[in-house]
Amino acid sequence: MIRVSHLSKRFGAHAVVQDVSFELAAGETLVLLGPSGCGKTTLLKMLNRLVEPDSGTVEINGLNVFEQRPETLRRGIGYVIQQVGLLPHYTVAENVAVVPRLLGHAPAAIAARTTALLTRLHLPPERYAAQLPHQLSGGQQQRVGLARALAADPPIILLDEPFGALDPLTRASIRREFRELEELRSKTVVLVTHDVTEAFELADRILLLDAGQVQQLGTPRELLFQPANDFVRRFFAAERLALQLRTLTLGDVFTEEAATRSAGPIPLPFTTATTVHDALETLTDSDAGASTSFSVAELMAAFGQALQREEEAWKR
Amino acid sequence: METLAALFTFWREQAGKLGEQTLQHIGLTAASLLLAVLLGVPVGLWLSRRPRWAPAVLGLAGVLQTVPSIALLGFLIPLLGIGPKPAIFALFLYSLLPIIRNTLAGIQGVAPAVVEAARGLGLTDGQVLRRVELPLALPVLMAGIRTATVINVGVATLAAYVAAGGLGEFIFGGIALNNPAMILAGALPAAGLALAFDAALGAVQKLSARRLRQVGGALLVALPLLGALYLLPRATGKLLAGFSPEFVGRADGLPGLTKTYGLTRLPNVVLAPALVYEAARNANVDVIDGYSTDGRIRAYNLRVLHDDRRVFPPYYAAPVIRPQLLREHPELMAVLAQLDGQISDSVMTNLNYRADYLHQSPQAIAEAFLRRRGLWRAPRPAIADAPVVRLGSKIFAEQYILAEMYAALIRGNTNLAVQTKTGLGGTTICFDALRDGAIDMYPEYTGTGLLVLLQPTPAVVDSLGGRPDAVLNYVRREFQRRYNLEWLAPLGFNNTYALLMRQQQAQELGIASVSELGQYLRR
Repeated sequence: MIRVSHLSKRFGAHAVVQDVSFELAAGETLVLLGPSGCGKTTLLKMLNRLVEPDSGTVEINGLNVFEQRPETLRRGIGYVIQQVGLLPHYTVAENVAVVPRLLGHAPAAIAARTTALLTRLHLPPERYAAQLPHQLSGGQQQRVGLARALAADPPIILLDEPFGALDPLTRASIRREFRELEELRSKTVVLVTHDVTEAFELADRILLLDAGQVQQLGTPRELLFQPANDFVRRFFAAERLALQLRTLTLGDVFTEEAATRSAGPIPLPFTTATTVHDALETLTDSDAGASTSFSVAELMAAFGQALQREEEAWKR
Repeated sequence: METLAALFTFWREQAGKLGEQTLQHIGLTAASLLLAVLLGVPVGLWLSRRPRWAPAVLGLAGVLQTVPSIALLGFLIPLLGIGPKPAIFALFLYSLLPIIRNTLAGIQGVAPAVVEAARGLGLTDGQVLRRVELPLALPVLMAGIRTATVINVGVATLAAYVAAGGLGEFIFGGIALNNPAMILAGALPAAGLALAFDAALGAVQKLSARRLRQVGGALLVALPLLGALYLLPRATGKLLAGFSPEFVGRADGLPGLTKTYGLTRLPNVVLAPALVYEAARNANVDVIDGYSTDGRIRAYNLRVLHDDRRVFPPYYAAPVIRPQLLREHPELMAVLAQLDGQISDSVMTNLNYRADYLHQSPQAIAEAFLRRRGLWRAPRPAIADAPVVRLGSKIFAEQYILAEMYAALIRGNTNLAVQTKTGLGGTTICFDALRDGAIDMYPEYTGTGLLVLLQPTPAVVDSLGGRPDAVLNYVRREFQRRYNLEWLAPLGFNNTYALLMRQQQAQELGIASVSELGQYLRR
């Protein structure tokens, strides 16, 4: 779907992106992660040519993007930025309709699409469609920004710190909505963030950058348990336990034990894909704890063993 | 209160003229504004793309802004002639700075995130400009246009100096005649226009961005229409006259002429006194007012139309003086009397010709004349603390020359010091200066003293019948009685008002007198 080869960009004497290459399959979510100033936003903007690279190529569906008109290219790629950038003199509905209009879609189709998207993003159109951006809260604005990026149903969505400007509560809830949004399931997504938790929550794969250079490209679990270098290890050190809880699933934790005890499938409401973090939340919630076949203590013990297994497995 | 009543009377009598001038004023403002928007907005947009040039361009526009408006018109006349062209161009230059600056500021004020998002969505550069940047910059841009409009309404009053019409005609006429009602008759509507435009554009500016786009568009359509107002009310006739503001207003000028000769079909434009001769020479106008001794009559080959019904009273030049001066320095009497009856019409025309056309200095002309007449004495060495005689003059060459002659005579024949206060503007300024003791003497004309300063009833004027001696005696008597000022003996020439035409045209049309002009116009 997206193939990036040897992309480099300098601003003056400062090398912002150095020889970055990666490939992204259709439907995959790649998170560009790294500290401020690591070049992740510049890298993202080179995908839709808001920044032109000094060298290297970007191919989308096998076509070199530098051989296309930038406007045409961008209309086929959803784009969301941290400051949202809604057009302040357009209503919510008009903002959502910008790209479909540029593409010359039929007005009726645009209206239907706008209504559907706003409804799905919890912005009832009858209430919000005619409002102007400044009348909305930050979270609502970002939802409109997301709706705008999705309006023309582009196969690729680029997001530049989309939740960065929101307060933690709003941020968590929008992120959940984002993750559960049907629209996004089939999309190829590239998301820039400096928030490690966010990256682990949303990414299929993470590209960790520092000073414009790729430090490691892999699944969250690979970055966590098999760091390629000291930078990667240090980058996750502070939130290591939280990330491990989010990364390991009940399937990981209980595999061998389940086999030896032959206790059957993992009890409802859990599946093998439930993370330890989520299972713990359910268990410690007094109402839901009744029907489970293991206790918090059992889970934590199994988690500890699983961690040891992972460490040893990678050491070998 | 009296002025107010006079003002309403004036407006009632001049309603047609007032309407015409108001429309011209709006037209001048709108036309120049349109040009400034057409150039200023693109320049502002260009600067927003190339901010490095902004200081240079804004600096240049700022310098234009600081050129005094009268001086700017002066620069433009050799290039663009007289009429609406220099006026509109000058107003256009004054509008540029606020429009360019506010366009730039408006575009720069658009949040970068909005522009980036718009580009990221796939808007082309042109679409970003038209759909995002311009609409969002419009309130600031409109503020610039508003500023420019208010400036223009004010400066457009000066258009009357270059025969471009507008409300300045009344204002300058009023200033020249010291007629407050007439000044107000032009100034109040001009101020009203400025306030009305300011309020209207202020209201437009407060509209929401989306409404503003429509109104902005409507405004761009409205400007040329308003500009066209300028062309609308121009009365046309066989000949076009160009008159100085003073001539248009004073009783022995255009009003008397119109009444006596029935010059009703002579549309006229008003322009600065200094420009009327140029306008006639360049055929911008056909008939002008002037003075019968003006040097440019000879230089530009103009014909003085004979005043066969004697509308213009005699204008014999004589010094008007404060009597205290003669009491304190009796020796001056004989010195000043050396010029009595010395200067004929043709001599004065020649002296003026040297000044106006050969551009000799008034001082040199005065010295040369005195030498020829054997009256020249080298100035005596200056004495510290010598009493000072202050000589005034109005703001034209003849008066400068006369003032310099008296100055040379006093310096050569007495021990008094002389201070010349030349260029005191029009009649009333000189006269007021003399009454207030700011000057001790200045050359005045009997006709001016009679009609402008004394303003007797028509019955009195009729009784004098335009006889030179009668007028001089009346003026002398009344000046002593009313103002305690003294008229000395006349210098000899009669610098009366005159209607002038180009020699060639007058000959072709067979016009030698004002009566013949009237007949020609009525044919």
